[in-house]
Parts: sequence; structure tokens; C-alpha cells
Amino acid sequence: MLTVANLEVVYNEVILVLRGLSVEVPDGSIVALLGANGAGKTTAVRAITGLLDVHEGDITKGSVTWNGTDISHYKPSRIVEAGITQVMEGRRVFAELTVDENLSAGAFTVRDRKENTEAYERVMTLFPLLQSRRRDTAGYLSGGEQQMLAIGRALMAAPQLLILDEPSLGLAPMLIEQIRDIIVDINAGGVSVLLIEQNAMMALSIAHYGYVMESGKVVMDGEPKKLLADEDVQEFYLGLRAEGERRSFRDVKHYKRRKRWLS
Amino acid sequence: MAAALRLEAVDPRRNAPLAFLTGLVGAALVFGAVQLANDPGLFLQTFMKSMGLGSTYALIALGFVLIFKATQTVNFAQGALAATGALFLSFLATDGNIPFTSVSNPINSLGGPGWMSWGLNVIVALAFAAAVGLVVERLAIRPMIGEPLFSVAVITLGLEIMFRVFNNDAVEVEFRPLGVPWLANGFKVGDRLINWSFIAAMVTAAAAFVAVYFFYRSRLGIAMRAVAFDQEAAMAQGVSVGRVFAIAWAAGAVLAAVGGIFATQPPVAQTLSVDQETANIAFRALPAVILGGLDSASGALLGGLIVGVAEIYAGQYAAGNVSWLGAGYPLIVPYIVMIIGLLIRPYGLFGTPEIRRV
Ligand SMILES: Nc1ncnc2c1ncn2[C@@H]1O[C@H](COP(=O)(O)OP(=O)(O)O)[C@@H](O)[C@H]1O
Ligand SMILES: [Mg+2]
Repeated sequence: MLTVANLEVVYNEVILVLRGLSVEVPDGSIVALLGANGAGKTTAVRAITGLLDVHEGDITKGSVTWNGTDISHYKPSRIVEAGITQVMEGRRVFAELTVDENLSAGAFTVRDRKENTEAYERVMTLFPLLQSRRRDTAGYLSGGEQQMLAIGRALMAAPQLLILDEPSLGLAPMLIEQIRDIIVDINAGGVSVLLIEQNAMMALSIAHYGYVMESGKVVMDGEPKKLLADEDVQEFYLGLRAEGERRSFRDVKHYKRRKRWLS
Repeated sequence: MAAALRLEAVDPRRNAPLAFLTGLVGAALVFGAVQLANDPGLFLQTFMKSMGLGSTYALIALGFVLIFKATQTVNFAQGALAATGALFLSFLATDGNIPFTSVSNPINSLGGPGWMSWGLNVIVALAFAAAVGLVVERLAIRPMIGEPLFSVAVITLGLEIMFRVFNNDAVEVEFRPLGVPWLANGFKVGDRLINWSFIAAMVTAAAAFVAVYFFYRSRLGIAMRAVAFDQEAAMAQGVSVGRVFAIAWAAGAVLAAVGGIFATQPPVAQTLSVDQETANIAFRALPAVILGGLDSASGALLGGLIVGVAEIYAGQYAAGNVSWLGAGYPLIVPYIVMIIGLLIRPYGLFGTPEIRRV
């Protein structure tokens, strides 16, 4: 189980981005973490996976606990070895490497040849599309294929927890559905999932539990049913108003959201 | 229609070096045919000489590329590392003691043919070079991860000076023979001598490039290319960037040392000894590195060979005919070739345009 407790993260020693974030991912579940642009979702991922250093960020308070061990000062490689991998925001496939080489990079921490082959076969079963493109340069894949490659790469280390940072970003609705089904498949195989999304509909349709985050902390959490029924979530994340009229949350973001959640 | 589209889709990055090469090869063929008819022995000797020099440049260039690709650092200490490796070989093979001790080097009393113990000494010297590379990376480069690349480049320049001073003064480089078994010998074609050292440089360079080709497709090599492409994404896969840096520096230092050993032999030098000139091999090879593109191994090979051919042929065929050229002018030919190359392709023949220039 992953437990993020009262996490505070500061960039460049001055910019406070996470202000006491608390999130839990129980074993075997899919947990959705929702939030608008700039809420601090990616920062939370960096804090969990040891990548804050690269961005001059520091954890100044709180803890990240994985199966009872504090991992907040682990190096990224040690976190991968401990069983947490991620699909980074924007896919970040190694465009100059082939599909196979990308997968091989994802298996960097796996020393056992047999485990490696098994992981590779699992990925190929999950993404038959990649099979025919094994030797192709990853940069020439389509956006959807690249997202599948990024997910496959993250699965190569056989994680217990998979973190996906906005996997639906920039994908067509058909592909988003595919990705969603794949996440369900992966979870059915026993992998816990922390699904970070702005696309609340997609995330809440498969999550067991959800958090809504704003300005670096959780402002609401609960079962998807409860979140979906909430007026604010409907209005700001699903683009629905009470009377069913479509409206972008960006238009109302500034006055209304702050009024309700912060007062 | 489909064919026309495909033609347009051809990557211009591949086209330009091709055109450049075709022009060069075309001119060389015409010129070569004339010279070949004139004096076949001389022409062949010149060709082998140019391949020997080009291979040496390519070895040094490959060291630059390995380090640059992984760490984005132009290693200005490559020359001093080359001299240090060669110097260590001279300690082992000529002084006959384990360096910095008075214990005699056991390899030299193994018996067997001389070339075999020399070969073993080379391996030990290269292992030492790798160790120097590791230490330099750990002490001077690793702490600078995330700092401006310019600062790191300046640090390597400082290291170059430090190593040079150490080599020249503390270890008293005068003329220290390396004990190369083939000396300045060779075989004759007609009445022209072709040195064994030309052949040795070519064979070594071929082996080094094949080794790097396979390394880049191994688990560690893939990790290194991943780090080169996107450091953070590589870290997210569990790749240890520190280890990748260390391996790149160790390999770069070994290639420098190999280049350093050939820098004491014809056609680069005639002394068969390490001296104060040896460390300059890196600066002589720099045009090859830049011409090929700092981040491309194929570029290092092509750049090395082009520059080697240009320098040797210019020296051989223009010296006698153009009286106003001084004796040292072949040394500036590499820079002229580099400048022309950069005018055509600012990032080198195979370089990646995104690369920042130091
Ligand atoms: N490296 C950084 N240095 C300084 N500020 C940053 C850095 N990365 C992100 N931020 C800031 O932190 C806030 C949260 O960013 P982020 O975690 O990327 O949010 P999200 O993923 O929810 O869109 C934003 O205001 C962003 O500008
Ligand atoms: Mg984000």
C-alpha cells in the first residue's frame, strides 16, 4: 500500500507547490487523482518516484510510505526496484530507440533473464500492436502507439504499483477508451494503479476511489459514485451544469470553485 | 505520385552528407586515377598512411562521442588522458616496473614471445586508463551533474592542464619508448614502405567501432542512449545516471589511451615514444569530431577518415608542387575541412541539430 501523508513540496527552495497532500493507494485498487492544470499532480508523482531532485524540488514535510517503509529519500532506481513504476506525463518514449529498445530500457532493473522474457511476453500480449513494430524507431509511432509503448515500458519492471500521469492527454476518444480498458486489464492482473487525470469521466469510470486535488492538497475524496454525483465535480470536471448544459470549467474556475471549496 | 511523395519524405539529414561525400569521392577518384597511373607505389603508400591517421583520429573522436553523448560534456581532457595511457604503457613495457614502485613488472618475465607480453601490458595500461576515467568522473564530473554545461567543459579543460603538467614534470616525459613490437617497420610495395602501424591503427579502429556498435545494443548501452535522449525519463525506468556517466568516462578514457598509443607511431609521429607532443593528438583530432557531429559514432568514423585523407594527401601531393606553402600546413588542413563541413552542415555530418554548442 502506498501512503502519502501531509506532503509538502517546495521547488527552488521558495515555490511551495504541495501543501499537505494526503493520498492512499490500497493494494489491488485503482485510485484516481483528479485536478486541474497546475494543481500539483505531476509534482506528487515526482515526489513519490524520487524525481524531485531533477527539478530542484524538495520534500519539506510529510512522508511517502510504501508497504510500511518510508521511501521519500530513495533514489529513483531504488523505487523502481521496490515495485513502483510510472508512465510519465507526455509519454516520454525514447524516440531515437526502437520499440524493443524502449522496452529493454524499462527492464533495466530486472537482472533475471526469465523474468525479463515473461514481462516482455505479457506486454506483447497486452499490446499486440507493438509486436509488428518491434524494430521500428519509437519516434515514428503514432500518439496512441507511443502511449501504449510508454505503458508497456513501465510494465517491464513488473511493478506492484503503476502510476499513470494523464495517459489520456492528447488522445482521441476511441484511444482513450482503449487505454482505459488496458488499465482495467493491468489492474485485474494484480497491479495497483494510481491514475492521474484531468479527464474525470474516464478516471472515475474505472477507479475504486478518487481524490480531487487543488492548489497542492486534496479538497474532496470518496467513492467514484459520490464524486460523480457532486455538483462541483460535475460542473468543473465533466463540463455539465445542473441543468445539463455543457460548459468548460475554465470559464467558471476563478470565481465559483474557489468560493465553494476554500470557504 | 507515391514515388514523388517518398522522394520528398527522404530525411535531408541523410542527403547532405551523401552529396558531400559523393563530391569528395568523385574528385578523389579523378585525382587518384592520375596519381595511381603516375606512381602506384606512392599512391598506395599515401592511401594506407591516410587510413592510419584517419583511424587514429577516429579512435580519439569515438572517445569524445561516447562521453559527449552520455553526459553532454565536451571532454577537453581527452588529449592528456591519451598521453597518460601511453605513458603508463611505457612504464610497464620499457621501465619494466609496476608504475610508481620498484617492483618489477611480472608480465615481462612471463617468457613467451615479446609481442605477447607487450599485448598484456597494453591491456593493463588500458585498464589503468579506465580507472583514471572512473576517478575523474567520480571526483570532478559527477558533482557537477545539473550544473551549466559550460562550467563542466571548463573543468575538463582544467583537468587537461593538470594532467599535462603532471605528466610533463612529475613523471618527466622526455622520450619514453612504448616498446611497440613492430617499431617503424613495415612491408614494401615496389620500393615504398607501408608501416605495420598503419595496419594496426586500422584494425584497432575497426575493432573499436564494432565493439561500440554492439555495446550500444546491449542492456547498458541502451540505458546509455536512453540517458542521452531523456535523462529524467531514463531515471524513471530505474537507470542509474551515475553509473552511465561512469561507464562513458571509463570507455572514453580507454579510447583516448588507445589513440595515445597510436599517436606515438607513424604516421602521427616518428618517435615511437611518449613526449610532450602526444597530448596534442586530441586537438589534432578535434576537427574530425566536430565534422562528424559530436554525438554520432558513425560521424566519428567518417569524420576521422575524411580528415585523415585530406591531411595526408594534402601533405603528400601539394607540398612539392606549391612552393609557397610552409612545411606545417598539412596540420591546418583538418581545420579547413572542418570549416567547409560545418558551412554545409552546422551540426556535423551526422550530428543531431538539438545539440547545444559549447
Ligand atoms: N520545476 C519546477 N520549478 C518550479 N515550479 C514548478 C516546477 N514544476 C512545476 N512547478 C509549478 O508547480 C505547480 C504544479 O505543477 P504540476 O505538478 O506540474 O501540476 P499538474 O501536474 O497538476 O498540472 C505549477 O504551478 C507549476 O508551475
Ligand atoms: Mg501534470
